[in-house]
Amino acid sequence: MTLAIEVRDLTRRFGSFTAVDSISVDVAVGEVFGFLGANGAGKTTAIKVLIGLLAPSSGSARVAGFDVLTQSEEVRKRIGYMSQRFSLYDDLTPRENITLYGGIYGLADAEIRARGDAMLNDLGIMHVADKLVSTLPLGWKQKLSFSVAMLHRPDVVFLDEPTGGVDPVTRRQFWEMIYAAAARGTTVFVTTHYMDEAEYCDRLSIMVDGRIAAMGTPAALKAEFGVSSIDEVFVRLARPATATAG
Amino acid sequence: MRAPERIQALAAFVIKEMRHILRDRQTLTILLLLPLAQVVLFGFAIRTDVNDIRLAIVDAAPDDATLALRARFTGNGRFRIVATAATVDVLEPLFRRGEADVALVIAPGLARALADGTPARLQLITDASNPNTGTTMQTYAGAVIRTWQAALPGARQGVTIEPQVRMLFNPTLESVNLFVPGLIALVLTLVTAQMTAISLSREKERGTLEILLVSPLRPWQIILGKVAPYLLLAFANVVTALVAAWVVFRVPFRGSLLLLLAASTLYALVGLALGVLIAARTESQRTAMMGSMIGTMLPSTLLSGMIFPIASLPWPLQLVSNIVPARWFIVIVRGIMLKGAGVVHLWQELLVLTVMFTVLLAVAIRSFRARLA
Repeated sequence: MTLAIEVRDLTRRFGSFTAVDSISVDVAVGEVFGFLGANGAGKTTAIKVLIGLLAPSSGSARVAGFDVLTQSEEVRKRIGYMSQRFSLYDDLTPRENITLYGGIYGLADAEIRARGDAMLNDLGIMHVADKLVSTLPLGWKQKLSFSVAMLHRPDVVFLDEPTGGVDPVTRRQFWEMIYAAAARGTTVFVTTHYMDEAEYCDRLSIMVDGRIAAMGTPAALKAEFGVSSIDEVFVRLARPATATAG
Repeated sequence: MRAPERIQALAAFVIKEMRHILRDRQTLTILLLLPLAQVVLFGFAIRTDVNDIRLAIVDAAPDDATLALRARFTGNGRFRIVATAATVDVLEPLFRRGEADVALVIAPGLARALADGTPARLQLITDASNPNTGTTMQTYAGAVIRTWQAALPGARQGVTIEPQVRMLFNPTLESVNLFVPGLIALVLTLVTAQMTAISLSREKERGTLEILLVSPLRPWQIILGKVAPYLLLAFANVVTALVAAWVVFRVPFRGSLLLLLAASTLYALVGLALGVLIAARTESQRTAMMGSMIGTMLPSTLLSGMIFPIASLPWPLQLVSNIVPARWFIVIVRGIMLKGAGVVHLWQELLVLTVMFTVLLAVAIRSFRARLA
């Protein structure tokens, strides 16, 4: 098994607070990995370490075959990232956003145009290619945002709550896009609060208080806890945490 | 990433920045018109006072000569006679109530003195509580008297004018000429420090900065890409301010334009670095705006010598003024514009700005990297 993400005893502290407490995760190439946890469990901190926005306090992490701390430049070239906050520029058009990111990732002009056109066609938003992004509906923006994060064909893409606030139909379409990306060999590392989405993942982990409390395929997790849905697994694991954290 | 790709990435980023700026038409228009509006407004705010000088005349013994002199003031459009009295006692209350700007005191027997060729005494008292206008008003009054004197029959030069400035707050000459350099500094501060801080903190607030930091762009590329378009805008502003100052007020330009533009670029870079630093240290656009207001605009206005001469500040503020970039820049611009000073005269100020830029840039890039630590 080739690993796209390799996390070993990763810890990140802020002063005396340990946000991520010695976690270890392996994600295989082409896998759709769900990274679950209640608010404040440490998901976003962990993702920030993996994409190089935060340095680990101890432990190590390799993404796309490179160490996130010592080879961050190599990592950056090979990853895509879509934050829970919206990633595109509102006062630019979809095409201008595409040109910007293509340029930043060093794609040739012809390539940017070809991939951009293909993307806009696939999304069915060619007719608004030159309208400001701020005028588009949220669902379109989210899908466009994901496609732009995939523009340079990254080995690994990190999606931090990508479907927040969009309608069920768009969420389904969004997940179809995620599967298509995984089928092309891109590893998808995704956080979500929608438990139905968690069921779509190949494998998932559930973080509680900075630690990984459970990890496995959705089916295995449900069997382990003897419940019928991931939602129940999540509530069981997260409840003691919320009780102690107040 | 190879060098051409780095340049391509930077170019893509600069183009994006330009689009942001060009698309926000309202802000752009304000920024472009700002130097013009400021030069004209500030300039006229000073000038209007000088065009309506309230004159009090003390004429103890009116005669032909005193009436002729008084007529000179009445006929001159700049002066308005608010009081005519026989004794100087009236002056003190007039000045205290702020009802007169200048007083002309004519000693008795002016006509006889002129006829005899004996010295005649005229006293000018000016209220210089507004240092910007006091000297100018005194100069105008002096000019009227000299015109009157020159028109006297024969070569009677026996008149002595005795100027007296009543409240000596600021003996240095402050006029629109001295204001324009300050305005250039102010506009540059606004466009560089404040606009960079706002635009960068907007990226931070919207979360797009994270995306940029995760991309192969390096911190210096993000910073350079952010500031390059504003540098262009700053250039346009300096030229606008200079042209406006010359067209509207005939403010002289005696030195090298090239040196001025070079110094402005240096000052703009200081402002840009400051803006980046403010954005790196603040969490929202609003805080960044307040921060740049208090951290750059206020000191640039109040502690730079633009309005209040440094020498008239209390000593703790004089010390603080040393770290205000505008204080040094204004000396440079005044030197170049009004005295025709060159690098030889201004190297110290230029050096101070260079050091400031280097330090600020280093700290700014560090605060950017600090996110990764």
